[in-house]
Amino acid sequence: MDANPDANARDHFEVNMSTATRKRRVIPGFGLTMGFSLLYLGFIFLIPVGGLLLYTSMMSWEDFWRAVSHPQVVASYKLSFSASLIGASINLVFGALVAWVLVRYSFPGKKVVDALVDLPFALPTAVAGIALVTLYASTGWVGQYLTIFGIKVAYTQLGVVVALTYIGLPFVVRTVQPVLEDLEAEREEASASLGASRFTTVRRVILPSLLPALLTGYALAFARAVGEYGSVVFISGNMPYRTEITPLLIVAKAEQYDYPGAAAIGTVMLIAAFLLLLLINGLQWWTQRRGL
Amino acid sequence: MKNILKNTLAGALATLIAGSALAADINLLNVSYDPTRELYREYNAAFSKYWQAETGQSVNVRQSHGGSGSQARAVIDGLDADVVTLALAYDVDALRQHADLIPENWQSRLANNSSPYTSTIVLLVRKGNPKNIKDWDDLVRDDVEVITPNPKTSGGARWNYLAAWGYALKQNGGDEEKAYEFVRKLFANVPVLDPGARGATNTFVQRGLGDVFIAWENEAYLSVEQLGKGEFEIVVPSVSILAEPPVTVVDKNVDRKGTREVAEAYLQYLYSEEAQRIAARNYYRPSNPEIAREFADKFVDVELFRIDDVFGGWEKAQNDHFNDGGKFDSILESLTKR
Repeated sequence: MDANPDANARDHFEVNMSTATRKRRVIPGFGLTMGFSLLYLGFIFLIPVGGLLLYTSMMSWEDFWRAVSHPQVVASYKLSFSASLIGASINLVFGALVAWVLVRYSFPGKKVVDALVDLPFALPTAVAGIALVTLYASTGWVGQYLTIFGIKVAYTQLGVVVALTYIGLPFVVRTVQPVLEDLEAEREEASASLGASRFTTVRRVILPSLLPALLTGYALAFARAVGEYGSVVFISGNMPYRTEITPLLIVAKAEQYDYPGAAAIGTVMLIAAFLLLLLINGLQWWTQRRGL
Repeated sequence: MKNILKNTLAGALATLIAGSALAADINLLNVSYDPTRELYREYNAAFSKYWQAETGQSVNVRQSHGGSGSQARAVIDGLDADVVTLALAYDVDALRQHADLIPENWQSRLANNSSPYTSTIVLLVRKGNPKNIKDWDDLVRDDVEVITPNPKTSGGARWNYLAAWGYALKQNGGDEEKAYEFVRKLFANVPVLDPGARGATNTFVQRGLGDVFIAWENEAYLSVEQLGKGEFEIVVPSVSILAEPPVTVVDKNVDRKGTREVAEAYLQYLYSEEAQRIAARNYYRPSNPEIAREFADKFVDVELFRIDDVFGGWEKAQNDHFNDGGKFDSILESLTKR
């Protein structure tokens, strides 16, 4: 386990953002590292994805369409994508807030809070799911009080949102944090001394600089949530048409030996993920162009 | 530098050789379903002792547990099982249908349809039976919440579903429409569908969800005697299904590994008096009638029907009810239109 996982995660995002600028090759060993990278990518990525597409390509168009457009499957897309959207939106607001607090203020225990943000990265998602359901079941620590107000979390669509919010939090915080660190507090002070109100400072000075990073974090959190399985299956109740997420449906199909059906839905998810990544890359390109 | 590397490698090799010399002569892998953990832990120890006495070889049996369907899939996808001991014949038969790992006649190779022990489906309720649940009929009442896993993914849940269906058929003189309506009403009372039997047990026992839990008899006893002592009661319905969890050697694997002899002995010994007693102690119904008599007070006498008689065998039951577009799918669909 790395001693400082949060710094690691931050580096990761920074590297991602800077590799897009093309540099003259000064470091030797390009052929070797490139060859290794291709082999590595081939084994862990291209072959599995190729297999998925191969399975799907063996289906006729009608079979494929029937498998991916069954009402039960469509209901699961709706839940998976809408709950992910809500979860990512919640993280957009509160993740930005957490990043702001961690960068702009110092307070006792700040390092601990900073490290805790990475917990959803490190904790097995199944553990998270069990912990969440223990808290939010109608007999749980939190759930028993929510029940008084008629709010049910565990085994409802709300439970799915809670789990997806949990796993998405670090993505927004860790993308916004470095950008915020580079943003000098002097600019806010300058804005204030030129007579801008607090609201204007936030709207005209802080938000425009943060927006690309916020959107990137949002897209990452969303993409992660759409594919999440482990934590959700414990808290959702897994009722078809109501609380069944798409990844669970894929597992269920595979367990019925319906590999083509599972692969077909998997392909739909793959395409969705691809479009999301395209969006993320588009946002990163936009970020660069604005010179941030 | 080179020397250090050489020495390290030699050291590693020596450790490996020494390690394997210390380990057992034979390793077996038994791939099983969720609730048999306790049963096979006890049985493996007994078999190792027996085999050591018989042949002088020490044998180490490793166990793998999970949902019956996913375990079968793992073996099909290459998990090196010597024997499989799954929840239902359909999952074992998948090894033949999808990967040709076992011959067509696999189920007739051992006595009792290759089921050394049987079980049935019972109802588990909370202490004092607050909802006064006596039989399957009470499960379709409006004020009752029922916990059962998803029949699509759980072998145990398929037994549950078929037990309820079989009861309804019997009540209504074999009327399929009425049986469908009965099971539909039952599933309208199900708030959560866990993928596997153990998960459903946890939902009912630990999370406190639901009024009645449809469960394997052995799983129900385990809940009563170990998980929540004194918090639950078992209700035996008037009619239930005879669940036969079959076992088989995985021919392709044992022939490649050269473990056929010991693997076959491992399954054969399940029928011995000692093993039958172990099964009974773990709340499985022994197939040996004499041992069954010994434990007669443990297992309630209940009218049991067979899947072959009522549903025409697993293949047909699977096709009619659980495959995509089957009756279970239609039930789920109709429930969303409420």
